[in-house]
Order: sequence, then structure tokens, then C-alpha cells
Amino acid sequence: MKDLEKRKKKIEHAKSGMVQSTGEKVYDLCINIIAVLVTLITFYPIYYILIASFSRPLGVDNGDVIFTMVEPTVEAYKRAFRLPNLWISYGNTFFYAVFGVAMNMILTTTMAFSLSRKRLVGRKFFTLMVVFTMWFNAGLIPTYLNFSQLHMLDTRAAIIVGFGISAYNLIIMKSFFESIPEEMEEAATVDGASSFRTFFQIFIPMSKPALATVVMFYLVNRWNGYFWPMTLLRDDMKMPLQVLLKKLIVDQVANETEAAIVTSASTWSPTTRIYALMMIAIVPMLVIYPVLQKYFKAGMTLGAVKG
Amino acid sequence: MAQKHQGLNRRKNPQSKLRRIRGDWQLYLLLLPGLIWFIVFAYKPMYGLKIAFYDYNVFGGFAKSDFIGLENFRRYLSSPDFSRTFVNTIMIAVWQLIIVFPASILLAIIVTEASSKFISRATQTVTFLPYFISAVVVAGMVVNFTSPTYGVINQMREKLGMEPIYFMVEPDYFRPIYTIMILWMSAGYNSIVYIAAIMGIDPSLYEAATVDGAGRFGRLWHVTLPGILPTIMTMLLLNIGKMIRSGYETIILLYQPTTFSKADTIATYAYRLAFDNRGRADYGLAGAVGLFEAVIALVMVALANQASKRLTQNSLW
Repeated sequence: MKDLEKRKKKIEHAKSGMVQSTGEKVYDLCINIIAVLVTLITFYPIYYILIASFSRPLGVDNGDVIFTMVEPTVEAYKRAFRLPNLWISYGNTFFYAVFGVAMNMILTTTMAFSLSRKRLVGRKFFTLMVVFTMWFNAGLIPTYLNFSQLHMLDTRAAIIVGFGISAYNLIIMKSFFESIPEEMEEAATVDGASSFRTFFQIFIPMSKPALATVVMFYLVNRWNGYFWPMTLLRDDMKMPLQVLLKKLIVDQVANETEAAIVTSASTWSPTTRIYALMMIAIVPMLVIYPVLQKYFKAGMTLGAVKG
Repeated sequence: MAQKHQGLNRRKNPQSKLRRIRGDWQLYLLLLPGLIWFIVFAYKPMYGLKIAFYDYNVFGGFAKSDFIGLENFRRYLSSPDFSRTFVNTIMIAVWQLIIVFPASILLAIIVTEASSKFISRATQTVTFLPYFISAVVVAGMVVNFTSPTYGVINQMREKLGMEPIYFMVEPDYFRPIYTIMILWMSAGYNSIVYIAAIMGIDPSLYEAATVDGAGRFGRLWHVTLPGILPTIMTMLLLNIGKMIRSGYETIILLYQPTTFSKADTIATYAYRLAFDNRGRADYGLAGAVGLFEAVIALVMVALANQASKRLTQNSLW
């Protein structure tokens, strides 16, 4: 963000010799207006979930809630947290996020460090082995059968270990380690440091932006992934939040029956609970975003440019 | 100093590979966990692709399954499902190519051209937010917002005097809805690489263009766009395979039997054959369909790479 502003200043400076013509003023105005519109339209769905989740259910059903709340209430959240399995699946998601990301980082950083050292015999072959999986992978059915053959169906280990590395994140990490000057490692070697110590005490502390980026990528995937847990797990006690959410807000299995019961009472409908559940699912990620944002962008451009 | 010299010499002296490995075993030990992971969870399943050539017995495994050669492929290619799933896969990729892909470039231009710093920053931050929201929640938004009874989109339509539409069951709405959804989810995230590329353009090029009499739009057209063309080509090549292959997790959240005619892709079809086939899972056929798709995606990437090499001198390999 800061770089962007610096760069803009430079361009402003380059242009400062000239007077802005009317055409340029119109151009400026148009771009700013378009940017504001894009921002508002993008933000509206999130804003709508927020106001709908705090509104009176019938206000949402009748279409009174469009830009503002109607009779604010936390009833929808109370009912959402009373849902069976919500806390269990929330806990499961937390478990998969913490241990899954830890597993991701251990496997990714060690392998990336090793592959980033030019002295590694077979470096090109091993790197190709990683990159190849970005272009071609076995796909759905063989992956599922592999878990079945390993007797990992319906186990938490399948989720945590089975999705232990993303080749893309590994390449980001490897590029970053390669960008650290070789003198750093040579100096450590002279001091008698082993590869382990060089890795843990020099490379890891020096790689905070890249580590934050990769943690973020993994975390978002762990928190938001639903497909493989849904496919590999059977037991409701092991299901993460997203699988439960799929049932409640996309398939809406529970709501149909509930709706039939409540229409007579006419004070409650499951609609606002759906929006409350959405908020409950996205808030932790939205809170983490600003915390890691500054690292995130620096690291991301690194990975994207190097491919 | 002397020690350092020794270190340099050691590297220059030819040594047997084995001794180099033994002397540096820690580096290889660090490689090992990841390497094992790739073998067990990435390459072993590739061997499992042979399922495409078997009449797979779910209970007996490969030992009790018959090798049937290309029979699964013949069954898929000659079934009426083939043309539907093939056309849908290509069409959904084309929609993404002509709408979602350029949108992130446009967004990057808007963010970097906006003269108000506050607006520029707000646009970038807000458009990046949806990246953190799961496909399940976004699909939930789509399903609920488009509901004919309580969905906000139909409520707005009614306020404007229009009839409500049950969007999710109308096949013709599927591709636009899916494309808008993917656009919303990914434009901000994808724009970051272009914003970085625009920031990396040499400012003296803008000065030179200004001296030559170029206005704001002229500089955009003659400096910014050519400046980010290599990035655009790289991203295009990286994404073509993805456009074909990914998305099935999202599509299976949105499609319904009534919209299969426009929404059912090769991947979602393979998914249904294996996991949602009313108890008659056909892993062999599903494997063949999946392999067919993987090969198509790989061929598309290779073709795009060749075209890009010839036209813009940018290529992945």
C-alpha cells in the first residue's frame, strides 16, 4: 500500500509541470466514481448479511430490510448457537485450522529450504516433481481411493496430513529462501552451524513476510474448505463448520421442516438465522485479514510474479 | 578468513555425490518429509488413475476388478452426457476467460489510476475481502439472495415493479450467476499481481509519454498496458488449466437437476458418478471421465503456451 502511494507521488511529480486540462479532470472524476461504485457494489452483499442477521425475521422476509436494519435483535444469533453440532463443528474447524496449518508449515518450509539450496543433489528433479503436480494431478476419484487404501477414510489425519502441502505455496517459500543472500548461509557455516541450525535460526526468522503469506493461504484454505471433509468424513462429530453450513444455508435441509412449523406462529422464520450463520463463519477470517495484510501483500506479489 | 577460503575450495573440488550427500545429511533429512508426502499423496494417486481402464469393483478393489482397456472412455464418449458436459465445461471456461479474467486487470487499473488515495485504498481493501469468504457461504448468499420468496434480489425487483424470478432453477441464468459469483470472489485477489506489475513500470516511461503529449488515457494505453502485458500473458497461461479444471466444488453447491443442461461439467459429472449416483457408484467410469478432463486441461495449457510463445514471446516452458 505504501509503495503504491510512493509510486503515485512519483507519477504526480512527473506530471506536475503541466496544468490539468478539462479532459483530464473529467477522466479523474470518472475513475474515482467508478472506483466508488465498484467498492459499494462489492461491499453490499457483506453489508446485507450483517443488517439482515440483526433484523427482525419477518422484516427480512417481507423485503423491508434492504439498506437498513429493521427492529434490531440478536435473536437469530441466539438461535444459531442453539443449533445442534454448531459448537462441535466450530471446534473441529478450529482444530483443523491450527493443526492443519502447523502440519502445512512444517512440511512446506523444510522441503522449500532444502530445494532452495543449490548444493542439493537432484534439486532439479525434485523441483520438477513439485511443479508437475501444479499442471497435472490425479483428480477426484484416484485421490479418494488413495485415502481409502491408506485406511484414512473418516479420520482427522486424512484432513490434516492428506492436504499437508500445496505446491504453489511451496514454490513461494522456495523463491523467498532463494532470495536470501548466500553470504548469510556461508557465514553461518563458517561459524560451524549445521543445516538444521541455519534453517531454524537464520532462514526462518528472516522470512517473516513469506511465512505470513503462506500461513494466510493455508489458513484460508483450512478454514473455508468443505469439499474434502465432506467427501472423506462420515462422522458428524468430525465435521468442520463449512460442511454443516452447506447443509444449513445451501441445501437448507433443516429449514424446510422448521418453516412449516413456524408459519402459524408468524414471529420467527429461519431466514435471519441463515444470515447469522454466515456472519459467524466469516468473522474470524475478516478479523485476521487486517492483522496479516501488510505482510500478505508483500509476500503475495513475490509468489505471483515468480509463478 | 582461512576457513572461509577452505569452504570455497571444498565446493569447487569435484567430490562423489554420495560423499556430498553424507556430509550434508541434514539437508536431505529436511527434504524427506515433503518428499514422502508428494509420493504418498500426489504420485501414488496418479498410479491409481489406472482405474480408468478397469471395471472397478468397489468392494474387491483392483484384485477383483477386470481390466477393460478403453471401454470406460468409449462409454463416456458415446453417451449423451458427453456433449452436454463437454460443451458446459468449455462454455463456463469461456465465460470466465472473457469476463472474470479481464475484470481483475480493469480493477487493477481503476485502483492505480484513481487520484483519491482514500478511494484507491478502500477499493483495494474491499474488493479483496471476498477472498476470505468460503465457497459455501458465497453459494449460500447466491441461493438466499435469489430466493423467489425472501431473496433480496427479487425483493428489489418487486419494488421496481418486476416479477420475481426463481433464478436457481432456470438453466439460462446459471452461467451468468456463476460467473458473477466467481467475479465477486476472485477479482480483488487476482488484481494484486497486476497492481504490483503497474507499480513496477519505470516512471521515466510516463515522463517520456507526457513530453510526447500523451494525456492520462494516452499514458494508460501506450505505457501501462504494454507494461503489464507479460504479466497478463503469464496469468492467462497459469489460469487456463484452472478455468477448465477447478470450480466443480463451487458448481455442485449451485446446480440443480433442472439446471444440469447448462451447469453440469465434466468434473461435476465425474463427481456424481462416484459419490452421488443413488448407490450405484461407478468409480471406473468416473475415473475415466476425470482423466479425460485432466488431459484436456493439460492440452489447453500446452496450446495456449505455444500460441503465447509465438505471439508475445511469453511462455511457461
